[in-house]
Amino acid sequence: MANTPEDLTYTKDHEWVRVKGEEATIGITDHAQQQLGDVVYVELPKVGDKFETSEPFGSVESVKAVSEIYMPLSGTVAEVNDVLNDSPELVNEDPYGDGWMIRIKIDNPSQVDALLTSIEYEDYIKAETSE
Amino acid sequence: MTETAMLKRTPLYEAHLVSGGRMVDFAGWEMPVQYSGPMPEHMAVRQAAGLFDVSHMGEIEVIGDDAFALVQSLTTNDVSKLEDNQVQYSLMTDESGGVIDDLLVYRLNEEFYLLIVNASGIESDFEWIQNQAANHRVEVRNVSAAFALLALQGPRAERILQPLTDHMLDRIPYYWSQDVKVENARCRVSRTGYTGEDGFEILCEAGSARHLWNRLLLTGKDDGLIPCGLAARNTLRLEAAFRLYGNDMDRTTSPLEAGLGWTVKLGKGDFIGREAIQRQKERGLSRKLAGFEVLDKAPARDGYPVIAGGREVGVVASGSPAPFLKKNIGLVYFPIEHTKIGSEFFVSVRGRQVPARVVETPFYKREKNFD
Repeated sequence: MANTPEDLTYTKDHEWVRVKGEEATIGITDHAQQQLGDVVYVELPKVGDKFETSEPFGSVESVKAVSEIYMPLSGTVAEVNDVLNDSPELVNEDPYGDGWMIRIKIDNPSQVDALLTSIEYEDYIKAETSE
Repeated sequence: MTETAMLKRTPLYEAHLVSGGRMVDFAGWEMPVQYSGPMPEHMAVRQAAGLFDVSHMGEIEVIGDDAFALVQSLTTNDVSKLEDNQVQYSLMTDESGGVIDDLLVYRLNEEFYLLIVNASGIESDFEWIQNQAANHRVEVRNVSAAFALLALQGPRAERILQPLTDHMLDRIPYYWSQDVKVENARCRVSRTGYTGEDGFEILCEAGSARHLWNRLLLTGKDDGLIPCGLAARNTLRLEAAFRLYGNDMDRTTSPLEAGLGWTVKLGKGDFIGREAIQRQKERGLSRKLAGFEVLDKAPARDGYPVIAGGREVGVVASGSPAPFLKKNIGLVYFPIEHTKIGSEFFVSVRGRQVPARVVETPFYKREKNFD
């Protein structure tokens, strides 16, 4: 069973978001990393890159496949987790901690309200997997 | 009717669901792409053992007085070299030397050959063979539905299988087969595989498959045997640089271009495609399949564009992270001038030019045990 911490918010594309003031930290969920399997490569943007909501900002690759990672909120990349370049397995081992991907400066704080709570996200996964 | 309802299933379909297989469409078959994951499955085969359901592959029997003559005329390798129970990797080519399919030829006796072909080729191969058989005293039968095929692969394959049969498995050499009983089920066991490891392929009647599958998994558990899916099968074969039909060769490529010249015996007498292949050999190749290693952490995957000398010269035929080698590897058709070992080029990964280098194949070669 996937872990979905209550203090985070989520997207239907299986990203998690930790909002702190005008900044947000973003990664992929425990459910997403379980579905992907062993992560062998993570491609992330550069500091200063700007993205709109739902735009792909990078990709995460398992042995079998490439999956894009989508922007939960519009914003500008403020920090990138470069450690993933040498240790992509952190995405599997600690998706909500050391496996974080980017930190952004949020363009429009009102977008945060549209994100899912942990309960809403859990319900969404259940519905998706029972299809 | 949905698309999935049209997919074919092997006799092990339910067993895959029980084992937690993630089912996907592969060449019209509903097959397990993975159970525990491509990485652990790949490593199990390199270090212990893995069990694959490859029942989607086809079995075609050629029986009769002219069986040898027909198979010899259909395939590139020399069937006259085979003794009873011996197995041979071979190709079927068309008149222009294009590869119709790759296959295993089993000689059961001089009037009985068994051909194991790719799932995607079952109907078309069968039709091709029947057409060529017109003037031969043979019966050609597509018996694919009657059989299941299990692949038990890995360094511990023999010790896992041995307790289930009375036949001494160490008497079956590489690329030989034997009619044996496994758990009282009649099987043809061959020391063959598609992983680069020691191991067996076990051909059995469809009705015996489920029992054999469960028994093998149970007996092999303590030796680290796990069920493995098509994803691991692909990465294992790629590390061993075994060609995959449809990716690394097809009707538009010749055996020589695919680097399979060793399967073509031009001196054996006439066969379909011989003249075209002979001509190509005399003329020299303009392109060839080369193995490469990416000099970057980004994997190069099937279909990614390849850039050499400043221009796009093709696409990756097969490309993947290599779980055991911990590198990104692949195969690509290159103009012959770029195929020299060590020559460098770029793969376009989502628009980024990533450096790569032509290397020797196979990428992985197991250490043989001579004791």
